This record gives sequence, structure tokens and C-alpha cells, in this order.
Amino acid sequence: MNLKTIIAGAILAGTITSAQATDYVIDDKGAHASINFSIKHLGYSWLVGRFNEFNGSFSYDEADPAASTVSVNIKPASVDSNHAERDKHLRSDEFLAVDKFPDAQFVSTAFTPAADGSAILSGNLTLRGVTKPIEIAVTKIGEGKDPWGGYRAGFQGTTELKLKEYGINFNLGPASESVYLNLNVEGIRQ
Amino acid sequence: MAIAVKDNPESFGLGSILLHWMTALIIIGMYPLGLYIGTLTYYDPDYHTVPYWHKSIGMILLGLLLLRILWRIMNTSPAPLPQPKPLLFATKAVHLLLYLLTITTLVSGYMISTADGRGIEVFNWFEIPALPAVTENQEDIAGEIHFITATLLISLAAIHALAALKHHFINKDKTLTRMLNMRQETHK
Repeated sequence: MNLKTIIAGAILAGTITSAQATDYVIDDKGAHASINFSIKHLGYSWLVGRFNEFNGSFSYDEADPAASTVSVNIKPASVDSNHAERDKHLRSDEFLAVDKFPDAQFVSTAFTPAADGSAILSGNLTLRGVTKPIEIAVTKIGEGKDPWGGYRAGFQGTTELKLKEYGINFNLGPASESVYLNLNVEGIRQ
Repeated sequence: MAIAVKDNPESFGLGSILLHWMTALIIIGMYPLGLYIGTLTYYDPDYHTVPYWHKSIGMILLGLLLLRILWRIMNTSPAPLPQPKPLLFATKAVHLLLYLLTITTLVSGYMISTADGRGIEVFNWFEIPALPAVTENQEDIAGEIHFITATLLISLAAIHALAALKHHFINKDKTLTRMLNMRQETHK
């Protein structure tokens, strides 16, 4: 495990959030956030599933988006593709090996806004005991007051993961070597 | 002489004999079939058919077992053959355990497949509906129970078979023959 990176990320998150009071907690309790995945089935269609249990936080300031940070913890055992036998298989050693690796984590290292309002979120993903740098293409959906006295901001992100890079070698066929993540995140400002 | 359908204090009837051997054959066949499922790769042509057979046969076995228990209650089982007390107790314990392990294996198997609310299709013939899941990730827990109890069941069934052979060849009593309805009149 890349503990150093996680600690560094946490310290980084700590320093930035202390400088700007724009901390958000991801609204997983209200389920205004989701971690979805898509993978091709034989190359003929998309199979879609999600991870039901996760939590996380981010800091974001519209005036200084480059200072944004994100950290998310995911429970791989909560994988849900709406099919019991498949989910059982996905939790087994041939895929997520959730007994050995009960936690997955993403900690950002950089947030690079582009001119068109989109951004690239860089960070380290730890999945199945393997930590790798990944880039997530982020689009801001919106931010503002909610009707209940709070303030929210939300984003969408997509990225591609190669299964083999995370030690998943089960042969699903040449069309199914990558899984695509579709992330929806809404945070409640603290 | 025609074989009686029902049991009597002396011998097993055709009903009990058929139910015994049908469940025996299915249990012996299902264990390697179940192990084989675990070895199938995604591109194996049997990837879908073997689990489908395994589940279908399992549900038929569940029906047969319920029928067998009902039949046993409706019948007066033949008296146990004389043997020393500890062995008599062991025999009874093994028989009871065989029933319990078969039921646990069947129920846990059912709970794997129905954890997501989908029923079990039996050979495209009819569907056993799903009951609500009792726990989170039920398919994982049920799967572990299924493997353990199935392994215990097949091991105990082997002991059961060896014991029957011991009775036949060493004790030379009618334990085995009365379950086959052979030479009943000539044996004690």
C-alpha cells in the first residue's frame, strides 16, 4: 500500500482546506452521488453496475479551482450489478478480492482546469492493493444554495481503468479489458 | 412376489427405495458438477448451461427430499437391525445428519441464486420464486455455507455407503439388500 501518498494527500488536503473554507462532504447519505462502472459485454453491449458504499470529501473554490482536492473511500464489497451470482463472482479473488482488499481509495494530487470549464483531476487510485496514478475528466454541473438552508456543488467525472493493471486477469474477452467509471458527486458545504 | 409400495415393519416399500436411490444418485452427481462450475472460464461453452442444470436439478432434489420426508412420516419405517448400542446411535446420527446437510446445502444453494430477487428456473419448465434476502451480500455467505455443507454431505454419504458395505460383507445382515429389495425372503 502506498501509505505515503495517502498521508501526503491528506496533509495536502488539510493545508488547502485550512486556507479556504470551502470544504464539502460528499452526500452519500442522501445518495446524491454515485460510483458507476460500465464494461462491454463481449463487445456487444454495455454492462452497468455501481459501488453502493463509499464516502468522501472535497474542497473546491470557484475563485481558485486549481487548489481543489478530493478524497474518496470505496467499499469494493458493495459492488452491485443487479445479479447475485455475478456480484459474488466480482467479489471473489478472480476480480476484486474483497476479502484481501476490503478498501479502495482515491486521493487527488492535482486539479487542472481547462479553458472550457472542464478539468482534469489527477490522483492516486488504490484498488485491489494496487496504487496507480489516474486522471479523471471532470465537468462541473453546478453549485448554489439548496432549498433547505445549505450550499451544494456537484461534478461529473469519467475515467478508464485497465483491469490488468489492477491485477484482474480473468479473461472477459478482448472487448472487455477496460472498465469505464462514471462518477457523480454532490457535496454539501460544511 | 409383488413389491409393496409402502414400508412395513419388516422391509422398505418401493416408494422409500426409489426415493432413497434417486436422492443418492442426484447428490453424488451434483457434487462434481458443482466443483466443475467453479473451474469454468468465461468463454467455456458450458459457462451458462452447467450452472443452469445444477440449479434445476437442485430444485428437483429439494422437491424429492420434501416428498421423501413426507413419505417417511406417512410410513412405518422398518425397525433398525440389531447392532451394538453405540453403533445404533451412530447410525441414527448419520441418517439424521444426512437429511440436515442435504437440506442446508439445498437451502443455501437456493439463497445464492435468489439473493437478487430472481427466481430459479427449473429446466425451462417452471420457476421457483425468490424469497426476500435475509442479509446483505447473501450470495457470498450462502456460497460459503453451500460449499462446506456439500463437502460434509458427500463425505458423510461416503461413510454411509461404506457402512452399508460393512453390514453386507462383514455383518452379513440385510441392511443393504433391504434397500435394494433383493432376496428379502431368504435373509434374516
